[in-house]
Amino acid sequence: MNSARKLLIFGGLALAVFGMLYGLHYALFVEHQTLDRMGGSLAEAFVQAAGGNGDGAVGALDSYTNTKYVYVRQVDVHSHWIGMAMIMIVLGVVFDSVGFAESVRFWIALALLVGSVIFPLGVLLQTLQNGGAVPSALAIAGAALVTVALGAVAVGFARQSS
Amino acid sequence: MSAEAATHAAARTVPANIAATFAPMSARRLLIFGGIALIAGGMLFGDIFAVFVLHQNGARTGEGLLAVAQAVAARNPAAVKDEFEGVGNLLEDRGTKIDTHVHMTDAGYLALLLALIQPYVALSRQTKRQLARLFIAGGAFLPLGIFLIHYVGLAHSPFAAIGWASVLADSAGGLLIVALFGQVWGLWKHFRSVRAGTVEPELPLENSWARRTLLTGGIVLVLLGFLHGAWYAKTYLYEHEARETRILTTILNEAAANRIPTAAQSVNDYGTLQAEKAVMIAAHSHLIEFGLLAILLSFIQPYVFLSDDWKQLWVKLLLTGSVILPVFVLLELKIGLLAGGIADVGGLLVIIALVGMLAGVLRYSGRLDGEAGVAG
Repeated sequence: MNSARKLLIFGGLALAVFGMLYGLHYALFVEHQTLDRMGGSLAEAFVQAAGGNGDGAVGALDSYTNTKYVYVRQVDVHSHWIGMAMIMIVLGVVFDSVGFAESVRFWIALALLVGSVIFPLGVLLQTLQNGGAVPSALAIAGAALVTVALGAVAVGFARQSS
Repeated sequence: MSAEAATHAAARTVPANIAATFAPMSARRLLIFGGIALIAGGMLFGDIFAVFVLHQNGARTGEGLLAVAQAVAARNPAAVKDEFEGVGNLLEDRGTKIDTHVHMTDAGYLALLLALIQPYVALSRQTKRQLARLFIAGGAFLPLGIFLIHYVGLAHSPFAAIGWASVLADSAGGLLIVALFGQVWGLWKHFRSVRAGTVEPELPLENSWARRTLLTGGIVLVLLGFLHGAWYAKTYLYEHEARETRILTTILNEAAANRIPTAAQSVNDYGTLQAEKAVMIAAHSHLIEFGLLAILLSFIQPYVFLSDDWKQLWVKLLLTGSVILPVFVLLELKIGLLAGGIADVGGLLVIIALVGMLAGVLRYSGRLDGEAGVAG
């Protein structure tokens, strides 16, 4: 097995295991509390409004918005890590069919791995630093790397086919 | 025998090198059959859900939210709580059905993926077969358990917050984890050993039109899905979040001021926003999943025992459906339910193609077992 395939298959497996463990940890220790807080704060906003407490309603709605902001990103991070890992493993099996030189295939594989790690990582960091430049830059750079690498793989398959 | 008949007969004989990779009741055969069946089952469930549950559920959720607004206008906090319970019930109904669809299809993808790596799993045939059975059983019972959560609830449960359906789902999830750990253990053993080759023959990589088209089409679909997701995140993610807060604030304020018509309009806006989010995410995830499916199916083409014409038909149908579904899901916002119907037809095309390929693999197994003289 050449180095590009090894990188994709083992990198993909490692990323999948990490993504699953992260998801398991989140589901066991964080998600239920988060969902309770999210649903509870939205209901509380309306209960406060029904009781004529406008400030209480606004406060509860803010709590709902902030909790949901984090929740959506946590779930996205978990599913994107695992999803990207699956794509990497599948591509690893067939990577010899990408019609480029071995060294080019290695760099494409490396771009896929690095992009797949840092794109969700950037999204995760956004939950710690809302609006921060570094998390956004990481997410954008990761997404760009994955996009370019996938495009190169598509071209490589087409070259092999022709 | 004429030359044409001889060529035809040769084409219908299973090559020995391919036959060796698909032994009767082997782990790979179980994973390929089980994987395709789980994906087709999950997609059929998703199609039925989209036609008979999704829109109706959305409409009832909107009614529930309007009832909440009316309870706020009536200054009745107890009624607000009651109505929210109803909305929560509807969201649970919808959520568990989406999860059933997603978990069944994803278990199928994983099964096909595991079929690919069997040559590198250094375990005995018997152990690999047991792990494959465990995985398929887990992949079938996990979505069943999730589906039942909404209907079984906490009935007869000895636990305070976990019902029997959740126990079934969690146990099935446990089976999947055990099976996956077994596979990882086998991989670890293979790559730690000094063995030069694989423990069983690798999947045959034919260079047919079907395989090349599925491979290239699949990677293009994944790329399109990725680009769409990036565009959605840049253009709409934050806008949708801000709009949701604005709409909920309006509903609260208007209901508190007893202006029910304006609150009702905002409830409609909220429903529209949820629909916008749902179609964007569905288009993104379906493009990528169908791409992955096409790539995975490209590997099993040597096992699809059909004429080239039939194989090409299933490939074209699969890729056509894979484009139609996400494109028309997106168009649902512009042209309404007609687009939704066409999207469902797209999903049906993918299911038909999958069943067609599964029939080809079944024929292949029958042929192979017949030649080997395997009974039962």
